[in-house]
Amino acid sequence: MITRRDFLKKSVITAAGVALPLAAFEVLDPKKLMAQEAADTKNGTRWAFVVDTYKCVGCGLCVKACKLENEVPYDTSVTRTWVERYVITKDGKTHADTPKGGRDGFTTSKISLGMSEEAAPKDMMAKPETKPTEKFEDIDPNDITKAFFVPKLCNQCDNPPCVQVCPVGATYQTPDGVVLVDRTWCIGCGYCIMGCPYGVRFFHPVYHTAEKCTFCYHRITKGLKTACVQACPFGARQIGNLKDPNDPVTKIIMTERVSVLKAEYGTKPQVFYIGLDKEVR
Amino acid sequence: MLAHGELWTVKELFVYPNEFIYWSIQIVMYPFMTGLVAGAFVLSSLYHVFGIKQLKDMARFALVFSFALLPIAPLPILLHLQSPFRGINVMMTPHFTSAIAAFGIVFFSYGAIVASEIWFLYRKHIVDSALKLREKKDKTLVDQFWYLIFCTLTLGSYDVSEEALHTDEKIVKILAGVGIPVACFLHGYAGFIFGSVKANALWMTPLMPVIFIMSAIVSGIALCMLTYILTMEIKKFLAHRKKAALGVFHSEAEIKGVEFHVIQMTAKYLIVFMIAAISLELLDMIFRGYTALKSWDVIRSVIYGRDFNDIFILQYGIGNLLPFIMFLMPGLTIRRTVVGTILVLFGVFMMRWNVVIGGQAFSLSFAGYMHYHMPIIPTDWETFKEGLFGAVSVGIAPFVLFWFVNKIFPVFIEAPSE
Amino acid sequence: MKNHALRPLFVVIGIIVLILLFRIVYVPKDFGIGERGYMYGWHRHSNEQDWKNFKVKYQGKEYCKDCHSDKYDSINKTPHKIIQCENCHGPAIDHPSDPPKLTIDRSRALCLRCHYPLPYPTSGRANIKSIDPDKHNPGMECVTCHNPHNPMEGLR
Repeated sequence: MITRRDFLKKSVITAAGVALPLAAFEVLDPKKLMAQEAADTKNGTRWAFVVDTYKCVGCGLCVKACKLENEVPYDTSVTRTWVERYVITKDGKTHADTPKGGRDGFTTSKISLGMSEEAAPKDMMAKPETKPTEKFEDIDPNDITKAFFVPKLCNQCDNPPCVQVCPVGATYQTPDGVVLVDRTWCIGCGYCIMGCPYGVRFFHPVYHTAEKCTFCYHRITKGLKTACVQACPFGARQIGNLKDPNDPVTKIIMTERVSVLKAEYGTKPQVFYIGLDKEVR
Repeated sequence: MLAHGELWTVKELFVYPNEFIYWSIQIVMYPFMTGLVAGAFVLSSLYHVFGIKQLKDMARFALVFSFALLPIAPLPILLHLQSPFRGINVMMTPHFTSAIAAFGIVFFSYGAIVASEIWFLYRKHIVDSALKLREKKDKTLVDQFWYLIFCTLTLGSYDVSEEALHTDEKIVKILAGVGIPVACFLHGYAGFIFGSVKANALWMTPLMPVIFIMSAIVSGIALCMLTYILTMEIKKFLAHRKKAALGVFHSEAEIKGVEFHVIQMTAKYLIVFMIAAISLELLDMIFRGYTALKSWDVIRSVIYGRDFNDIFILQYGIGNLLPFIMFLMPGLTIRRTVVGTILVLFGVFMMRWNVVIGGQAFSLSFAGYMHYHMPIIPTDWETFKEGLFGAVSVGIAPFVLFWFVNKIFPVFIEAPSE
Repeated sequence: MKNHALRPLFVVIGIIVLILLFRIVYVPKDFGIGERGYMYGWHRHSNEQDWKNFKVKYQGKEYCKDCHSDKYDSINKTPHKIIQCENCHGPAIDHPSDPPKLTIDRSRALCLRCHYPLPYPTSGRANIKSIDPDKHNPGMECVTCHNPHNPMEGLR
């Protein structure tokens, strides 16, 4: 028969036994976990972004500036920010593309269809040399009902799924809300790339670590605008501090009708869009 | 300069610029290999824990084989990592909100359990071998080497009294029991890695870990049967040539009898787990179609269109239905079993393929597709490790290792039929 | 009996101790939980500073103003005033010390980024004056005739 005293004694021993190895790993400190809430109110900065899709003309100067500013090899297809084109025709179809991420702008009215399937080898064992060529689609300007450009970049989510899935703590969110990657610690498993519903992450071709938009952390922390915001001639992109009620970006978010991308994933994205369409992916 | 993944990805229609098949053949191999580890262990535990006597010979074999597979399980991950030398970070600064972070700890605990179980199971053999070598005069260098190994393996305990061996038996039973949930966790969490990715419409289902465990046991049993038959056939062949090779067996016919009996028993368990695995997979697919969420349009076009051959012909047809019929037909023969188990292994591999590659066959935009062209001829390190040769190397490695492990822990040490 | 039964356990404990000892040496001292908690803030703290130290390359229009005041003033009187100098001249970095000379993009493709005709309703693009590059002096650089710093002044 177990007495209450025995039971308590054993419970304490068990609890201590469980707590000991955890303490050795130094990972779950409840005090620090709770400190998070307090920090949120104390901190005076939360970076956020506003994109006005009405203003964007698809010049792609933001993509160019971003790649050069952040040393993402210029001729690779990967990019921290990109511009998408959406053309909706009278038959209700949506035609979208983003050639080279819009790095060179959109200097043709043809829509890229990517590599066509017919020419692609059917079986997985085929040699890569047989890669098909890119196909394009002509669209009659008279058929267009609406058409516009949508710049994309990291949403610096409040619930970043990419950070949640990093197995080693190589990617994290700064107190002011920017998700960064530690290039000295990332093992390159690609889980964060898989975890992002927006496809903003990729492997840096030189460092072989996960790479993403940093909101130009080296610039915004010095009082500068991000490279893409500065390069945009039309003011389609804006960055600001959500915690500052007088910040123009905060004012837009507070007073205008804005929306976010893929809200259904529960990531709480912090890039807000003006003029987003249901066809935007 | 190509971005990682660009080499083997062909994009069609509207795909985001950074999307590629980032998880390729090695990530197909990874759940396949851990599945074999977990499956082999569960099979061995059926005997040790539930006392299914008919599986006795298979149990010992499965356990040693599971041990040989164990060091290979993380190999595909290491080959897949972009910075493999930092792989140790997973154990150094684990971030437990990530499914992958559990790997270090689960893998280590599982390894410790399997190694301990083998140690207790083989303790008598280790002590006997060490003592035999100690008494041997004029030890050659090879003898010295083995002596050193066995001496280390005794961990300083030479107690092989009746009482001590009885304790060993009890501990083996406990370890086998503890091992089952850990083995299931080791593989179930591999399913969790995929099932928890909310960004991927094909992967995200709570059924994923269970589906992975069931198919893991199926593949583990099938591989054990196959390897068991192969070793027995080799024994038969050697026995045919000279009597000395018989070892613990008395005649060629005896080997055949034992072999057939074991295979018949194991096949029954294979069928049970196959039914469970397929039911769950079908349930998942029916639910996707019935609930038809936003992603269903693109998933349907992948499942019933682009990947139809891979899923319905190769995986369900050749990999599941055909072996299922073969095992159920009366008058099971060894030859039919060999073909059946190979097909089952192929089916499970295709299931992994269709999950990993199929999950990346469509864009996050739901408006484009990606095709995977596995590199065949390696031109550099990357096309080697992320190509056919890397996958084949991972597939062969456990058999090479098994050959070595079998030298220390011989699988056929006792007479199987007493 | 108890003599041998616990030995594998000791081996396991030994390995765990070794791993934990190695961990002390291997993991940077400032690795820990940040302000965003364990889920979102588990990282090496000095990495934030590493990113802050990243080199700024695009300096902005005002950086050019003092030395190139003529160009700065002239473009500011035209519709092209919205365009940053560095969009065509390339990032200044530490110009004039490094690099002493910037690479100017004079290509036709650069101008076409905005001036290629795309009649897209609901997009700002529809309001920009454009030319058909296949018919409008194909093969020639736009700057041969047009002054980008003063596009309204008429042909050169």
